[in-house]
Amino acid sequence: MGILEVQNVNKRFGGLQALNNVNLSVEQGSVHALIGPNGAGKSTFLNCLIGKLKPDTGSVMFDGKPVLGKKPHEINQLGVSRVFQTPEIFTDLTVFENVMIPCFAHRDGAFKVNAFARVLRDKEIRQQAEHMLEDMGMKDKMSVHAGSLSRGDKRRLEMAMCLVQEPKLLLLDEPTAGMARADTNNTIDLLKHIGESRNITKVIIEHDMHVVFSLATTISVLAQGAIIAEGLPDEIKGHPKVREAYLGEAEV
Amino acid sequence: MNLMKDRLLLIIFAAVVLAAPLIFAPTGAAYPDLLQRFAIYGIFAIGFNILFGLTGYLSFGHAAFLGVGSYSAVWMFKLLSMNIVPALLLSIVIAGAFSLLIGYVSLRRSGIYFSILTLALAQMSYNLAYSVLTPLTNGETGLQLRLDDPRVLDAAGDAGSLPSTNFFGLEMKEVFWNPTIFGYDLQFNWGYYVCAILLIASFWISIRIFRSPFGLMLRAVKTNQTRLNYTGINSRPYTLAAFVISGMFAGLAGGLLASMDPLAGAERMQWTVGGEVVLMVVLGGMGTLIGPILGAVFIKYFENIFSKINDGVLHGWFAIMPEWAENAMVLIISPFVGKGWHLTLGALFMLVVIFLPGGLVDGAKRIGRVVTGANRRAAKVGIE
Repeated sequence: MGILEVQNVNKRFGGLQALNNVNLSVEQGSVHALIGPNGAGKSTFLNCLIGKLKPDTGSVMFDGKPVLGKKPHEINQLGVSRVFQTPEIFTDLTVFENVMIPCFAHRDGAFKVNAFARVLRDKEIRQQAEHMLEDMGMKDKMSVHAGSLSRGDKRRLEMAMCLVQEPKLLLLDEPTAGMARADTNNTIDLLKHIGESRNITKVIIEHDMHVVFSLATTISVLAQGAIIAEGLPDEIKGHPKVREAYLGEAEV
Repeated sequence: MNLMKDRLLLIIFAAVVLAAPLIFAPTGAAYPDLLQRFAIYGIFAIGFNILFGLTGYLSFGHAAFLGVGSYSAVWMFKLLSMNIVPALLLSIVIAGAFSLLIGYVSLRRSGIYFSILTLALAQMSYNLAYSVLTPLTNGETGLQLRLDDPRVLDAAGDAGSLPSTNFFGLEMKEVFWNPTIFGYDLQFNWGYYVCAILLIASFWISIRIFRSPFGLMLRAVKTNQTRLNYTGINSRPYTLAAFVISGMFAGLAGGLLASMDPLAGAERMQWTVGGEVVLMVVLGGMGTLIGPILGAVFIKYFENIFSKINDGVLHGWFAIMPEWAENAMVLIISPFVGKGWHLTLGALFMLVVIFLPGGLVDGAKRIGRVVTGANRRAAKVGIE
């Protein structure tokens, strides 16, 4: 039994069958890549996992608990964090504040009226956030407004915000999209490093095959809303159906 | 560092507020009635800023809470005692409960839909106060004190005159010190100082909220509510708490209005009053600590002083000119002053929104930057 068990998930948008009987099992501690051509339903699938969308049928179990019908903040509190395709950060707040918010959420839960505490007097939270930023190499940008960061830094900040919560499952939606090669390699190192030291299970959506084959322990291929193949990276490379649907064009 | 700054800000603020009867003397605004208004609407704006400035949720319905606060206070004066303490407590509690109800309904939507919902609910309350709820509100006449009110706690007063509101014997209307300083006839009354102490307390609460994790979450709601929800925070109770807190501040302000002048009418609940507090916060600088109070003082000053400039005063100003020029100047300026003060306020508001999106506080900061920049340049030149 994996940490994430998805069974028979269907999602229809009008006439479009976005997800067609998707089954997926993600092992604890693995890096599970989800690949597939544009419009295959990868992002829809992630949205179903985090409570943004509700599938028409099927079940999603995380860590032995049902997830469907739960609100986004409840799912996050179970230990699921997500990095979005375009970084979702608090642009009007400083980098430091951006990282402190998930620290508070992790420690104090979904709602706590602490209107007379002082943010800056909270040593525990400060240290957590500072540590995280140091690990990410962003400590010198602590007091910068997040909106003025470069694209790569925004992505790193978002990753820091997710990691500081010590999630059990980290969902990454194209974490290297639009990055230069050097940045991509940095991100790969970062993700590997995170995986080793914290034993976080990761589900990653990615178009860049270099990233996929550097990181993934298991790969599932999604095409037209259905899983058409699943296996170790080497098996997927040689899979005829996958070549036809997806890799054929890329000549990997 | 930050703590020191906040403490300094609070001390300076308290000093200015307490010395206001002296400070405002040269502006012609240093009479108790107007100073009380400054402080009361300052409290109203501080509370509103906690909702609008921090979370970005724009409510047009806060006049309803102001009105509810006033009605509650007057009822307390009628039934229990002329002491303002129980009256203010009841105002805060009732306004809090009422805002919980309205907030719970309106916060199901965000953006323009939220604004419309609050507007609609507040207008509904206003109309109810005029019609169905007449037994509670006394309809068009407004709720007033009467000689035959029970006032359980107060010993039977001297018959024939209405008792005045007081704080354990200190009568609100009483001028306790009436000195002449620098040729100005100053009036220090208890009423203003009650409002002033509560304004300082409100300002302190507002600083604490701004610097707290709760305040941080509210600011996060404004920048990216989606991210906040995916970060494990349930944003709804946070926004509701902010709504109720701002409603309680509005209730306090309403209660104070009634404490200074014990009558309450439905016109206090009209949406224009709710719109005015929006203007105050935007004009002063939304999301800043001091901005809302600046905005409140600015608008109330305009409303009370600028609106008193009539043609006679204008003729006085331009008396040195030849008569045809005097008449021309008066003709040009008169639509903008006196009864037309709204016109000037509107123009000023437009200028601020277009050129100073951060409000008066933003303007002050810019001037400060220019001045310090100039100083630095001057210092450089000196070194060379």
